Amino acid sequence: MQKVTASQLIDRAAALLADGTVRAVLGWKKGEFDYDITPAVFESEEELKASFVFNDFCGANVSKYLVRHTKKIDGKILVFLKPCDTYSFNQLLTEHRFDREKVYAVAIPCQGMADIDRVKAISGDGIVAIDCGETIRVTTLYSEAPVSVNLADVLEERCANCKSKKHVAYDELIGEEGEVLDSARFDEVARLEAMTPDERFAFWQNELSRCIRCNACRDVCPACTCEKCVFDNPQSGVENKAPANEFEEKMFHIIRAFHVAGRCTDCGECSRVCPQNIPLHLLNRKFIKDMNECYGEYQAGAEVGTLAPLVDYTLDDPEATDVLTRRDCDA
Amino acid sequence: MQRIGVFVCWCGSNIAGTVDVKAVAQALGHEPGVVFSTDYQYMCSQAGQDMIKEAVAEHRLTGIVVCSCSPRMHEATFRKTAQAAGLNPYMVEIANIREQCSWVHKDMPVGTEKAIILGKAAVAKVHLNAPLTPGESPVTKRALVIGGGIAGIQTALDIADAGFKVDIVEKKPTIGGKMAQLDKTFPTLDCAACILTPKMVDAAQHENIRIFSYSEVHEVKGFVGNFDVTIKKHARFVKEDICTGCGACVEKCPMKKIPNEFNLGMDNRPAIYIPFAQAVPKVATVDPNHCNMLKNGKCGLCARVCTAGAIDYTQKDEYIEEKYGAIVVATGFNPISMDKFDEFAYNQSKDVITSLEFERLTNAAGPTAGKLIRPSDGKHPHTIVFVQCVGSRCEACAQKGKEYCSKICCMYTAKHAMLVRDKYPDTEVYVFYIDVRTPGKNFDEFYRRAVEEYGVKYIKGMVGKVTPDESGVLKVQASDLLDNKQLHIDADLVVLAAAIEPDKSARPLATMLTASMDTNDFFTEAHPKLRPVESPTAGVFLSGACQGPKDIPETVSQAGAAAAKVIGLLAKDRLKGNPCVASSNELMCNGCSSCANVCPYGAITYEEKEFRMPDRTTAIRRVAKVNPAVCQGCGCCTVACPSGAMDLNGFKNDQIMAEVDAICK
Repeated sequence: MQKVTASQLIDRAAALLADGTVRAVLGWKKGEFDYDITPAVFESEEELKASFVFNDFCGANVSKYLVRHTKKIDGKILVFLKPCDTYSFNQLLTEHRFDREKVYAVAIPCQGMADIDRVKAISGDGIVAIDCGETIRVTTLYSEAPVSVNLADVLEERCANCKSKKHVAYDELIGEEGEVLDSARFDEVARLEAMTPDERFAFWQNELSRCIRCNACRDVCPACTCEKCVFDNPQSGVENKAPANEFEEKMFHIIRAFHVAGRCTDCGECSRVCPQNIPLHLLNRKFIKDMNECYGEYQAGAEVGTLAPLVDYTLDDPEATDVLTRRDCDA
Repeated sequence: MQRIGVFVCWCGSNIAGTVDVKAVAQALGHEPGVVFSTDYQYMCSQAGQDMIKEAVAEHRLTGIVVCSCSPRMHEATFRKTAQAAGLNPYMVEIANIREQCSWVHKDMPVGTEKAIILGKAAVAKVHLNAPLTPGESPVTKRALVIGGGIAGIQTALDIADAGFKVDIVEKKPTIGGKMAQLDKTFPTLDCAACILTPKMVDAAQHENIRIFSYSEVHEVKGFVGNFDVTIKKHARFVKEDICTGCGACVEKCPMKKIPNEFNLGMDNRPAIYIPFAQAVPKVATVDPNHCNMLKNGKCGLCARVCTAGAIDYTQKDEYIEEKYGAIVVATGFNPISMDKFDEFAYNQSKDVITSLEFERLTNAAGPTAGKLIRPSDGKHPHTIVFVQCVGSRCEACAQKGKEYCSKICCMYTAKHAMLVRDKYPDTEVYVFYIDVRTPGKNFDEFYRRAVEEYGVKYIKGMVGKVTPDESGVLKVQASDLLDNKQLHIDADLVVLAAAIEPDKSARPLATMLTASMDTNDFFTEAHPKLRPVESPTAGVFLSGACQGPKDIPETVSQAGAAAAKVIGLLAKDRLKGNPCVASSNELMCNGCSSCANVCPYGAITYEEKEFRMPDRTTAIRRVAKVNPAVCQGCGCCTVACPSGAMDLNGFKNDQIMAEVDAICK
C-alpha cells in the first residue's frame, strides 16, 4: 500500500477550501519536536503549507475536535480520518455530538503509527530531527549519522494490534480502502483474566498508582465529550482533582471505563497520551471483550445509530443466568 | 436545615419483638436535624397518626421518618397523614424495619443495630427531600384482554357489561381455549361446550366487545391508563366479514392429512379449516404451511367453491394499533410435553395418552364421536390405568417436570374414572395417586362417589414403568404404598395426568408488559393475598391459569375479580401520576440519546435549544426533555446518562448516595 503524503493532503484540502466546499480543515501540525504532533485547524492554503503535517507520528484522533469546531464555524469543516478515527466519528454521530451536514470527511489510509518510546529505544535519546520517508530517519545529538528505523519495528501497541484498516465513514477516500482485521487485541486482556484476583489487583495497583490525575486520558477520549464531566461537577460526588488516597486513584479510571463502556471504539488514545504509560486501553478492552462474549460481537462506531448491548434490549437477549454461564465469573 | 420527626412503630410485637424500639427512637433522636423522636405501638392507627400530626404542629417539623413496615403497606397512609398536617406528602420517608429487619433477625441487639442504621439512612434522605406535586393523565376507556379462553371471555364480558369497550386478542383461529376441548366438567358433570359456547356467542355479539382472533400482541408501549398496543393479525387468507362459515371449502380441500390440533393430532383436518362447529368467529382459516395454493400456487379449489367469494390468497399480516387503559393477561396453560417421561411409554404406544387427549376421546365432537376406544386398534378398552402427578410435584425430577401441584388433575381424573365406569361398567379403572387433593365445594363428595358408588380402584402409589408388549397390552408396573407391594397390571389404555404449565407466549408477553413472573413463568400478583388479580405493573391484571394452576370455577371467579379491578380503573377520568419522575439538567445534557434509547415508555424527546457558551457566544444544543405525564419513574435513564444530567425526583442520585453513606458510616 502506498503511503499518502502530506503534500497530497494539503493539495486536496487547499482545493476544497478554494472551491468553497469547506471553510476550515482539521488535521495535524508539528509541535515542539518532530514526533510531537498535535491536532490543528487550518483556514487557508497558506496555513496548510506553513504547518500541516502527515507522517508516522500523526496518531492523534481528531474526530473529537468536531464537537467544538463544527459549532464554531459557519459552513463545513474538512476532517482527515484514519480508519480507526472513522469509528469514533460514527460513535460521535450516534450520540448526536455534531452535525454531519457540517463535516466533509476525507478518509486516508494508515499503516500504523510509530511509538516514540520505541523509536528512542533504538535511536537513543536527544532526538533533534525525524524524517519520515520509506524508513524513519532519526537524527540525535549523539549520533554521527541519522539512524534508520523501520516503522514495523516501532509501531504503537494499538497499531500492532490494529482492529481495522477499513474506513466506516467518509465523503471522499484518498488512497486504497482496507479491511476489518482479525487482530490479537484481546490477548493481553486474556492474560490479565488468567491471573488470580490478587495478581490482577497487584497489576492494576502498580499501574494505576502512577496516575497523576492529569486528565489527559479523559481530555483526549472521543467518548468523553460530556458538556460537563462528572469529574468536574461538584454535585456528582466524585469531583476531585488529585486522588486523595489509593482508592480514589483507582476509582477515577474505573468510573471512566464504566462511563465509556459500550461507547468506546478502542481507538487507544487514552494509552497514547498517558504521560505515565499506564495501559488504560486494557480496561476498556476488557469491557469490549466481556460484551462480545456475553451479548455477541459489537463494535462501537461500526455503524451510526446502533445501540450498545448494555443500553439495548431485545426479546432475543440472553437471560441474565445465561450471560453468567457464558463467562467465567471468578472475580 | 430540615426539622425532622422520627416515629418508630412497634407493630405490636412484630417489630418490638426483635428490635428495641425505644433504643432506636433514642439513637435516631441524636441524628442531625432530628428534633423529635418517639415510639408507639401502632403508628398506622388513628392514635399513631394523630401523634404525628401533633408533633408536626408542635415541633414545626419539615420532614418525617417513620420506622415501620414496608412502604408498600403504609407509605400512602403516612403521606396522607403528613398532608393532613400541612406537609408535602413527599417529605415522608419510611425506614422498613419490619420486613427488612425484625422479621429476618432473631437477635435483639442485631435487629436493633440494623433498625438504627436503616433509620439513619432515611433521615439522611429526608434532609435532601424536596416537595413534589403529582401530575395527572387521562384514562383511555378501553380494555385489552390477551387470551380468549374462559378466563379472557369472562373478564371481557364482565367489563363489557359495565359499559366499557373491550378487545379480546386470541392467537388461535377461534376463542374458547382449553375449555372448548373438554368433555364434561367437574363436579357437576355438565358438558363443557354447553356452558362455554353461550358465553362465546355472548362475547361475539356484545356491542362492547371486539374479537381479534388469529392475532397476537406485537408491541406494548405506554403505561396505566394509556397503553399503546400493536396487535398483529395473522393473515387467515379468508375475509372474515364475508365468510359465512358454511364449510364448503373445508369439504372440498384436497389436503386432508394435516394433524388436527384441536383434537391433539388424533385425527386430521384439511388445509382450510374451522376448528370446531361452535367456533367464534365461525370463519375458515387457511393453514399456510400446508395449503398447496399458498405454497406452490396450484389448486385454488376453495376459492372456486366459495359462493361468498371470501377466499383471498393475497391477504397479508395486518398490524392494528389501539389505545387501552387497562390490560388483562389471560394466556392460560398447556399440558407439559411427555417427551421426557419415557417410563410411561407415551411415545412408544398410541394407547398411552394424556388426560386432555382422553377428553377429546370421550367428547361427542371428538375424533371418535365420543366412543371410548383404544387409539391403536379401535377396540374397546377393558382395563384403564390413570396415572396422577405426571410431572407435577416433581421435586426430584424438576429437570423434566414441575415442582408445583397442577391442582386440577385429581378432580378431572375422578371425573374421567367415573364417566368410564358409568358408560362402560365392564371396564376396570385404576387410579394411581400420591395424594388425592379435593379442596373445593362438593369436590370431596365427588371423589368419594367415584370410589364408593362407581367402584374406581384408587391405589396410593406411583406407576414405575409402562411397557407395551407385542400384542399391544400395556404392562403396568406399580407400587401400592398402603399394602407395601408391587403390582403388575395388564392395561388396555394408560392415561397420564400431565402437569400443566403456562403458555409459551407468556414469557415474551411479560417482557413487553414489564410484568413480573415466577421461575415457572406464571405471572406474579402484586400481593399474593391482598392483590391477587393485579400484576405489580400498574394497569396490568391477571386472569386464569396464567397466574397459577386453576380449575374452571376458580378461573371464572378470578376473571370476574380482574374485571372488577379494570372497571374500577376505567371508571376514573384521570389518574394522579407519580411525581417521582425523571428530569434532565439541560446544562449538563449532551443530547446523546442514551436516555431516550433505554426509556421503556417513550417519555423522552429532544429539542434544539440555544445556550450561552464561553466568550459571549451562543450555540444550539440538542437537549433531552422528559414528558412527566408519560414518565413512570423507573430510573433507567438516570443510569444510562453518561454525564449525570438525568435525575429522578424523589430518588435523586445525591439522596441515594446520602442513604448509602449513612449506612456505611
